[in-house]
Amino acid sequence: MVNQYPAWKYLLLAVITAFGVIYASPNLYGEDPAVQISHRVNLVNESELSHVRDILVAEGIKFRSIELNVSNLLVRFDNEDEQLRASSEIRRALQNSDSRYSVALNLAPATPEWMAQLNALPMYLGLDLRGGVHFLMEVDMDSAIEKSLQRSESEIKSFMRSKKIRYKSVQSDMTAINLQFASLTVRDMAKLEIENEFRDFVFTTRDEANNGFIKMSLNPTALQTEKKLAIEQNISTLRNRVNELGVAEPVIQRQGEDRVVVQLPGVQDTVRAKEILGATATLEFRMVHGNFTDWTAAQASGRAPIGTRLYERTDKSPVLLKRSVIVTGDQIVGAVSGIDSRSSSPNVTITMNGKGADRMGDVTRDNIGNPMAVVFIEDKYEFRTVNGEEKRFKTTVSQVINVATIQAQLSKRFEITGLDSTRESHDLALLLRAGALRAPMLIVEERTVGPSLGKENINKGFLSVMIGFSAVLLFMAIYYKVFGLVANVALTLNLVLLVAVLSLLQATLTLPGIAGIVLTVGMAVDANVLIFERIKEEMRMGNSPQASIFTGYEKAFGTIADANVTTLIAAIILFGFGTGPIKGFAVTLSIGILTSMLTAIFGTRAIINLIYGRKAVTKLAI
Amino acid sequence: MLKKHISKHQINFMGLRKPAMILSGIMILVSIVSLATLKLNVGIDFTGGSIIEVGYQQPVELEPIRDVLSVNGYEDAVVQHFGSASEVLIRLVPKTGQNEADTSSEVIKLLRGMGDDTVQERRVEYVGPQVGEELTEDGGLAVLYALIAILIYVSVRFEYRFSLGAVVALIHDVIITLGVFSLLRLDFDLSVLAAILAVIGYSLNDTIVVFDRIRENFRKIRNKTPEEVTNISINQTISRTLMTSFTTLLVLFSLFFIGGESIHAFSLSLIIGVFVGTYSSIYVATSTTLLLGISRDDLIEPEIDEDELARP
Repeated sequence: MVNQYPAWKYLLLAVITAFGVIYASPNLYGEDPAVQISHRVNLVNESELSHVRDILVAEGIKFRSIELNVSNLLVRFDNEDEQLRASSEIRRALQNSDSRYSVALNLAPATPEWMAQLNALPMYLGLDLRGGVHFLMEVDMDSAIEKSLQRSESEIKSFMRSKKIRYKSVQSDMTAINLQFASLTVRDMAKLEIENEFRDFVFTTRDEANNGFIKMSLNPTALQTEKKLAIEQNISTLRNRVNELGVAEPVIQRQGEDRVVVQLPGVQDTVRAKEILGATATLEFRMVHGNFTDWTAAQASGRAPIGTRLYERTDKSPVLLKRSVIVTGDQIVGAVSGIDSRSSSPNVTITMNGKGADRMGDVTRDNIGNPMAVVFIEDKYEFRTVNGEEKRFKTTVSQVINVATIQAQLSKRFEITGLDSTRESHDLALLLRAGALRAPMLIVEERTVGPSLGKENINKGFLSVMIGFSAVLLFMAIYYKVFGLVANVALTLNLVLLVAVLSLLQATLTLPGIAGIVLTVGMAVDANVLIFERIKEEMRMGNSPQASIFTGYEKAFGTIADANVTTLIAAIILFGFGTGPIKGFAVTLSIGILTSMLTAIFGTRAIINLIYGRKAVTKLAI
Repeated sequence: MLKKHISKHQINFMGLRKPAMILSGIMILVSIVSLATLKLNVGIDFTGGSIIEVGYQQPVELEPIRDVLSVNGYEDAVVQHFGSASEVLIRLVPKTGQNEADTSSEVIKLLRGMGDDTVQERRVEYVGPQVGEELTEDGGLAVLYALIAILIYVSVRFEYRFSLGAVVALIHDVIITLGVFSLLRLDFDLSVLAAILAVIGYSLNDTIVVFDRIRENFRKIRNKTPEEVTNISINQTISRTLMTSFTTLLVLFSLFFIGGESIHAFSLSLIIGVFVGTYSSIYVATSTTLLLGISRDDLIEPEIDEDELARP
């Protein structure tokens, strides 16, 4: 008999259905508001678990469960109010003893244990559904090169001094280091020596009025390395900063040559996140030069004496500082914000590394009674249109936040004051701890969705899927009767399978992704419509019901395959070019096309065979 | 046998070829003129700039917000209600002399400073000028690649005249969908671009089904003109074409009315696309293929091969 399937095909269908149901169902359980606790260095263990439990019990906060995972401790709550209260209490208690604890808000999947063990987990909700921030940040490579040249500049100077080579000047600009010598012979000798030592550079020479010049620029390999280092260090700094912010499941990924994608789910205060991530703030310590009269004179003339530079203090008054830096922010290994006990103003207690501590010790020992300044440095960016082209400009703001007389020799630990608010001191300490960016970063794209809109998106998205889906089911049942009901079973299985595959791939579900699901539902009907119309046609041509079913499926298959392959081509191209959300749409559409072919052809045929196979049929309910 | 191919209620689709071509011509002309003069209302995804969506507890007046923004140097800000009277959408064009990424933070600070604490940040989108340029380029390229890939696939599976017919129909759909967006001053953003690519996929799906039938009928029906064969094929597939479009529209309308503001433009462009795509797969694709002079001889080769092989 033509319309019969062997038992193994039914078995296969049963297996596929079981697979679909198991892997799709975790999505039904939703998510619990949770607090996630981890330690930056150590793994959390039983002792933290009981500590956290004690804190919660003492504060009278109800929690659902505490579980100890490999890298963190997860506390689940019944509602968001308790979650928020708990997170601030836990943070306060833990960070008082050790600031390396990270306490973050999270949404933990409420999947039952046995499902999780089968790796059946819910889809990951995209930022547009759970709320959060997406940044695309670009590393300013020009500054990275400029900074690297500045470092080489001082190395070259000390190298020439150690080799007793007399030079007139060494200056670096954006792209090269320029050396000037009093004679050509010195220049040539210097070139030989420097070429041997600094192998990353390309040398060009130039003569002018007895003066010899060397221009050193980085060779292509060194440029590449420098760029690579810049982006790698920036990523690790960003990671530190994000940890400091306390974000669960952040994404920090390199994209292309000079960009980094940062995604922070659930972050509510985006303004602050932006400030912290993009901040280039760092500190420098310099000795003060001269007195008030010198400073105002320098401000009036706009010229600073040799070896000094004119700075502004926070109250806009001028001050002259020595050009040579005592220590920079790079040498800071620890920073804690607090309140100064004497002035009761916010302060930051700083810990230097060995090299920095030595230098600080030496300089302060020799300068007891002299004033020293703390300079706060920050890069700011702006866009300006030059000749119709959008160009980016960087300005560096250096401000003296504090001038204090050295009372005694400083060493590894000391504190600085002069900060405006506790928030400022807190942020500065955070930035010093997390480390500096090797080169400034600029946000070139931002997509932020607030938590309320996220919730709305998911509710409305879900509702529209359900309504659209039901409408299609209803219509099919009315129009195609028994065959329509069969198609509806296949359509439902299709939806289940699609969700199961997406969950198994741990794909990120976004709003366009939901739209992709909806569209797939609409289009999945197509295969069945093609088959059913073909069967009707065969019947009209006077063929027997059994033969019509057989030829209907046979003939429609080629058409379905051709039509779906072309749609698949469009979906793959979408995937190739698209950014985040569009990729999500393309993924659901592609998977949907594949699952719909499976269910609409194989699935419906199996059921139709079961209903109409094996017996003499004179009429089809189609 | 032949009688059975032509059921009683045959509609003479191909007889309406001329009026349909004129209609398509007019629609394309209007679209192109509109695109040239009114242009597309391209969103910040392509131009760069910021969008800030905020929500209040109660309905708010827009005037005070406009005033605060313009006093603080955002004279070009476009302020409008979004979805309801308590939600406000603010659009800012790239401004010189400021770090763009900070703009949204600043605007939100300004709004919070207006004395209404209930203001809530719902959504912020900022796209830098550089990124915008890249997205425009990538988007255009994606459409182009999709068309080329489809041209090749259909040429291989069918014949070059079909493939040209399909691509002409797709270009027709894309231009008209863009034209409607331009005429109605709707926002054209990244999600609409995605929708247009989906329309390409959908309309193609439709076209292929019709072509598939034309190919089959050319091989089966021997004494009819290409025009008649095409007409028969369209009649045989019309109920399927309409059914599928109808079910797809059912879900699209559900997305459009219930899916929320965020997905409005996306579902609207798909709705327009499905209408235009259904029409074009019936008329534009087939007419073009006929105009290019498709005939039985172009498609019967495989059958002849089979016949020859079957002979002893």
